[in-house]
Amino acid sequence: MAGGRAPLPEHGYLTIAIELADVEKTFVVWRKRGRVRREREVVRAVDGVSFSIERGAMVGYVGPNGAGKSTTVKMLTGILVPSGGRVRVAGVEPARHRIDLARRIGVVFGQRVQLWWDLPLQDSFELLRHVYRVPADRHRRNLDAFVERLEMAPFLATPVRQLSLGQRMRGELTAAMLHDPEILFLDEPTIGLDVVAKARVRDFLAEMNRERGVTVLLTTHDLADIERLCERMLIIDHGRVIYDGGIEELVALHGAERTLVVDLAEPAPPLELDGARAERVDGPRQWLRFRREELSAAELIAAVAERAAIVDLAIEEPDIEDVVARIYRGDAAVTQLGSDPGPAH
Amino acid sequence: MADTIALFGVYRRLVGARIRSQLQYRLSFALNTLGTTLISFVDFAAILVIFGRIDALGDWSVGEVAFLYAISSVTFGLADLVIGHLDLLPRMIRQGELDVLLARPLGSLFQVVSSDFALRRLGKVIQGLAVLGYALVTVEIDWTAGRAGMLALMLVTGVVIFCGIWVAFASVAFWVVDSTELANAFTYGGNYMAQYPVNIFGAWLRRFVIFIVPLAFVGYFPALFVLGKEDELGLPEAFQFASPLAAAASVAGGWALWRAAVRRYRSTGT
Repeated sequence: MAGGRAPLPEHGYLTIAIELADVEKTFVVWRKRGRVRREREVVRAVDGVSFSIERGAMVGYVGPNGAGKSTTVKMLTGILVPSGGRVRVAGVEPARHRIDLARRIGVVFGQRVQLWWDLPLQDSFELLRHVYRVPADRHRRNLDAFVERLEMAPFLATPVRQLSLGQRMRGELTAAMLHDPEILFLDEPTIGLDVVAKARVRDFLAEMNRERGVTVLLTTHDLADIERLCERMLIIDHGRVIYDGGIEELVALHGAERTLVVDLAEPAPPLELDGARAERVDGPRQWLRFRREELSAAELIAAVAERAAIVDLAIEEPDIEDVVARIYRGDAAVTQLGSDPGPAH
Repeated sequence: MADTIALFGVYRRLVGARIRSQLQYRLSFALNTLGTTLISFVDFAAILVIFGRIDALGDWSVGEVAFLYAISSVTFGLADLVIGHLDLLPRMIRQGELDVLLARPLGSLFQVVSSDFALRRLGKVIQGLAVLGYALVTVEIDWTAGRAGMLALMLVTGVVIFCGIWVAFASVAFWVVDSTELANAFTYGGNYMAQYPVNIFGAWLRRFVIFIVPLAFVGYFPALFVLGKEDELGLPEAFQFASPLAAAASVAGGWALWRAAVRRYRSTGT
């Protein structure tokens, strides 16, 4: 879906929700050199990023800490002005039309509170109605739907500071959706949540995308968010997009290794098995790395069971940091897949 | 115009919500207000102590200085109530709260200002009003409609001047994150300077409070007119009527600095 796009018409908003062309963001930092001396250093937080997202799509934007994810989101929402390149969101230039755009998009920062800390949750929603100038009946309709959908009725009257993280995130999602945004930006919406709360957030986002046609761009550390929600993912590292495509192709192409952790009945030397290697041994516990396409987990477990008695086992899927690190080391394989290397790459 | 009315409605709601949440703890609110009021009186006692030694301060009697003091206290106290939480800006920048505000469809200064309303600072205003009462019975003022009008006007322009100063120096936080002390020097410090007659200051400081940070227009110049005093500085009489101009300049300066600061923040992100 990403490859071979035709150049967009100037007003391509009918089909394109978000478009970035060679976007850069540089920061100047002063590094200490000795007691008083400081050196000026230019940090390229976003270094020539180009991609576009169709309306109604749901795209994951991932990468390690400091890769430039949040900076990109801040440029897309008009909070930060790009140092170079062109950004279009919902047909407008975000930095120039920050306030107009703010009415048409929803933003959730997983690590910040957008609700009013001291007020009951329902008061925050009422204030937002006035901040976004949503007509009372539409507000009522949306709010009722979200309260029911996210089961918020029991804590609507509770001050935000007393809510659990999961409850608060439900409030944050509602706050971002009350004014019927066309595009929803989420920066780490599942960070710190437990499994149940994460699932709830994902279900809600999927539903908003499916039923209301909201375009969603989310940044995350959690590969499971992407697997569950996004057909397409962008991986950014050192300010550049290093992968643009589906998650399955990524794993297939990279043959990311899974790990079988086995607790044997007794300590044993590293097991030697076809298609798997013992990466680590700690007493009776061994970490066996294997590739999905060479060996199934069941086959490997059977092979281990033939050699030794198994007390317990677990399978670890490759995590996103791992995949990114892998891609970065062997990026020859990626550039074939990377949609549109562009002049900056 | 319709926009302004809508904006005022949003302000009323945001601030109303803050006030309601502060009033939830009535006893704590009452004690806080009482505490601030009492502490402010200690502050005024310092001036009375000075007058225990001398009869006049630069040709100003104790009642006349009390008048200046009261005007400065009331107007500063009101400004503090409305926008004193600009002090928290460095924290808002550091913790990314400002980004949250910038993601909303409202102006940044409007949102920072409407994010709080520190009722507990009401004590300063109460104390200022009490001192104003004392000054008005102590000093014999030859009341005319013009003088009464000027008293009402200076209460308004004083608040506006302090607000402008506050915004201007809070904006510095965008350049220097740990700037709270610098801002305090001009806000809380400005309150102290405006309590004293400008003619007792050295030439340098005098020029500063007249032409750069217009604290002399909070109390000194309009007070000359209300109290019917000669200007020891020998400046044109027009200065005594120039407080609205000073207020406009203060707000314009504060606004310009704020805009520059936010523009810088959005392009540097620091």
